[in-house]
Amino acid sequence: MTETNRTSDVPVETHLATAEELRNEHVQSFGGAADAVEHVEGRKFNIDTVEHAAQTPDTDLPWTELGLKEDEYQRVVEILGRRPTAAELAMYSVMWSEHCSYKSSKVHLRQFGDKVTEKMKEHLLVGIGENAGVVDIGDGWAVTFKVESHNHPSFVEPYQGAATGVGGIVRDIISMGARPVAVMDPLRFGAIDHPDTARLVHGIVSGIGGYGNSLGLPNIGGEVVFDSVYQGNPLVNALAVGVMRHEDIRLANASGVGNKVVLFGARTGGDGIGGASVLASESFDDAKPSKRPAVQVGDPFAEKVLIECCLELFKASVVEGIQDLGAAGISCATSELASNGDGGMHIELTSVLLRDPTLTPGEILMSESQERMMAVVTPENVEAFEAIMAKWDVEYSWLGEVTDTGRLIIEWDGEKIVDVDPRTVAHEGPVYERPFHRPEWLDKVQGDAFTGSAADAGRPSSPEELKAAVLELMSSPNMCSKDWVTNQYDRYVQGNTAMAMPDDAGVVRVDEETGLGVAISTDANGRYAYLDPYEGARLALAESYRNVATTGAVPMAVTDCLNFGSPEDPEVMWQFAEAVRGLSDACMELGVPVTGGNVSLYNQTGGVAIHPTPVVGVLGRFDDVSRRTPSGWREDGQAIYLMGVTKDELDGSEWANLRGHLGGQPPQLDLAAEKLLGELLVNASRDGMIDAAHDLSEGGLAAALADMALRFGVGARIGLGELCERDGVDLFTALFSESQARAVVSVARSEEVRFKDMCSARGFAHMRIGVVDTEIGALDFQSQFSLPLAELKEAHEATLPKHFA
Amino acid sequence: MSETPLIGDFSPAPDRGLSGARVGVVTFPGTLDDRDASRAVRLAGGTAVSLWHGDHDLQGVDAVIIPGGFSYGDYLRAGAISRFAPLMDQVVDAAKGGLPVLGICNGFQVLTEAHLLPGSMIKNNHLHFICRDQRLRVENAETAWTSEYAAGEEIVVPLKNQDGQYVADEKTLDELEGEGRVAFRYVGTNPNGSRRDIAGITNAAGNVVGLMPHPEHATEAGFGPDFSAAGPVDLRGGTDGLGVFISVLKKIVAGAK
Repeated sequence: MTETNRTSDVPVETHLATAEELRNEHVQSFGGAADAVEHVEGRKFNIDTVEHAAQTPDTDLPWTELGLKEDEYQRVVEILGRRPTAAELAMYSVMWSEHCSYKSSKVHLRQFGDKVTEKMKEHLLVGIGENAGVVDIGDGWAVTFKVESHNHPSFVEPYQGAATGVGGIVRDIISMGARPVAVMDPLRFGAIDHPDTARLVHGIVSGIGGYGNSLGLPNIGGEVVFDSVYQGNPLVNALAVGVMRHEDIRLANASGVGNKVVLFGARTGGDGIGGASVLASESFDDAKPSKRPAVQVGDPFAEKVLIECCLELFKASVVEGIQDLGAAGISCATSELASNGDGGMHIELTSVLLRDPTLTPGEILMSESQERMMAVVTPENVEAFEAIMAKWDVEYSWLGEVTDTGRLIIEWDGEKIVDVDPRTVAHEGPVYERPFHRPEWLDKVQGDAFTGSAADAGRPSSPEELKAAVLELMSSPNMCSKDWVTNQYDRYVQGNTAMAMPDDAGVVRVDEETGLGVAISTDANGRYAYLDPYEGARLALAESYRNVATTGAVPMAVTDCLNFGSPEDPEVMWQFAEAVRGLSDACMELGVPVTGGNVSLYNQTGGVAIHPTPVVGVLGRFDDVSRRTPSGWREDGQAIYLMGVTKDELDGSEWANLRGHLGGQPPQLDLAAEKLLGELLVNASRDGMIDAAHDLSEGGLAAALADMALRFGVGARIGLGELCERDGVDLFTALFSESQARAVVSVARSEEVRFKDMCSARGFAHMRIGVVDTEIGALDFQSQFSLPLAELKEAHEATLPKHFA
Repeated sequence: MSETPLIGDFSPAPDRGLSGARVGVVTFPGTLDDRDASRAVRLAGGTAVSLWHGDHDLQGVDAVIIPGGFSYGDYLRAGAISRFAPLMDQVVDAAKGGLPVLGICNGFQVLTEAHLLPGSMIKNNHLHFICRDQRLRVENAETAWTSEYAAGEEIVVPLKNQDGQYVADEKTLDELEGEGRVAFRYVGTNPNGSRRDIAGITNAAGNVVGLMPHPEHATEAGFGPDFSAAGPVDLRGGTDGLGVFISVLKKIVAGAK
């Protein structure tokens, strides 16, 4: 939606609590106007027509309740040259909401379009500005992917909020002309032991599973993070990826005067009214009424049928333009289709099929009922369209047609209730240059390094202490096994999943003959971004890029979901501005373009914002997914190498987090080294030099080695003395530091020379730190301590079941 | 649609001798694993034929698979609506006449709703959807869908369901056991509370089999489970489910000779 291709969730809320309430407001506002009463199929409303609005300039309208600011309302009056009708007010209020208009973020987001080279655009078929970006992966295949947030709805109503988050992003993918082939879900919850966390974890995980599993989409990865900063604002981000042939790409525009406009899929009901304007665009506050009625309700069966039916429409080439209905419902779909096409559209609103016959025109325009699509069809194709609807038993209604008047006209039983220039609704909303400044508290936070702090007292150093530390790390909420969550998601359906969690990235095959496929990873570290939002955003990209390269795929494109607090707080706004600047700079340096994404603001409760959390998804390409590298070793005797250099970088680390410390500077980032590491990993995979690879990120080397051993239950003998000597760090730092641009790989004996020569030739630090041992049944840190895999596995897997099973 | 408009075609079948065997794969609204079942038939060497729930035509196929998914959303009771689909009249009649019919997951639920198999499936005892690589024992290797295996042989195939707890009254369970009609049994872990660890059953004639786990997702190396009951395999290299499809194809070809 809007020119930045950023849609859907943003916390919405308000006082738009119930449809009933809204209706009453309309009645209150216009009840006295006896000249405009309509009876339609038993529905009786006081219809506020354009003519009526022109005659009654002084009528009070509920624009504050609908989330508009006074100057915004005045701007609407100025554009129209009269007061808006109730229906027009509904449209402007929702389309000009933060969620739909990106009014606070737009001035910053432009950098994603500006900091791009011609080379970065080489494989971009559709860039920022459409429902989702599209990347050329070769052989005539294209891939579209995007991540979005559904944070606020998921806090209010976890199951439906999370479910419709999946539904919304999947419809974005369908509307590009693609078959959705996988989903991923980066999730962030409050403290694992907080009394409210279980409610959210159960609801959100089963909502994602209940919807995604029923659509037949494999869930191939994501994140699960626990941190008390997300207690009142869990982050539920959803990524979907779809596949199509180049010629099947569809765009959202209404062209061709006389072409028919059709709404199909589920009926329109009273759910989700005010979703974008109220729930997504305000902070939570105890004093306000419940926002639950603003959350949409999902029907995955209807969506599954919609997917198949849309693909059949595309195959038969019977739609000219298509748009999914998400935030702002019909208001958004009509104004965007019209303004992206020939500029005009004429709609009869009483033709909309309703679930609830008492809905007012304004409510119909604002409803965010799920599983709906709008399409533009030529008169010749109407019959073919209807036949496909009949085959899939999908309901539809013809609403009107495309015009060249430059006006979006909506009538209610022949009476004009909306007469606007669609661009003013969809694209010319307010743009804010919100004030921002660097928080004063940041100097103090950045000056408080972990090493040597009170929290660092008693740093583990003896073999027994180090062994206990590794066990503590691997059983901690953020580093423990996420199987309890991911086992509730179907990772097999469609039969193309070449790799899924817990490996570094999800990998799906696109072409069953050649093995052509893609890898995707999503990453963010809110603690790093809190310490330095510029670096934090760059680090998120670096980790995601590294994860994709670790599997052997060549990173190609980026999608992002920027989760922040209130833009009205200048310090939060600074965090946002810095993160966007950092991410766009880093994309330019790594040569991977942002193709689309989403901004979620107002993630704060009671004035306390979440950590800035820029979730970055990177998509990479495989010539053949059979080349993918798993994150665990299996072959006895293979050499284990650490690539990269370890520094004393414990600030913001998982270990510091376990000791309750958050201060100092995030790890240093060297994007040239990241890029080189990525090239080496991809080459090593392509040439069959390595059999396992895992990137180093949260939890450092200790976590990487433990993950790799646990992946297939195969142990190893590890010696870190030489590493400590080379890098000038103690054993604890070698294990727990989170220095970047590092990975662990296992190399077959026969490939060792070639591997070492490759790293040496490119000047990349590498050191043999151990050997795979299929007999030992332990992670044996020689002359230090030995960690039996059974003990490690038990500690690793027990945490989530203990809290949630 | 069980054809794959957005996915490339397959390489030639491994055993050309079986390609004459035509196996129908039914698609209901909400069916999810239809393309996967078709792929498994092709990987096993047969020819997959898409069947549409709303037709009254089995297109002369030699066997029918009712694949997994959430037909009609499973909102009422899994399989309860699909059982009334027009095509099901033909499937039931043909099954009674001896046509091999396999119900996988939601398909198993449809077969019990259609009374081709006894018992029913209720929500998993832990109330969660579960996806895992599941070890099974082939208890009856004489059905149309299990003859490639040896009785007592173990296999590993993916399991993924919400309503997978097999239940029946004690008398029915005793009959199933007594007549050797338990086709597959969970080994190690009972993932959903199914009575007597039952994962799949057969009718008395051995032509109709239903099972909750998904053998079609263990037929292609690289895209199956990480494990095989036969020993170590490469990453996602488990293909223990292939035997289910080869069994029926061989039976069809043998019958035609």
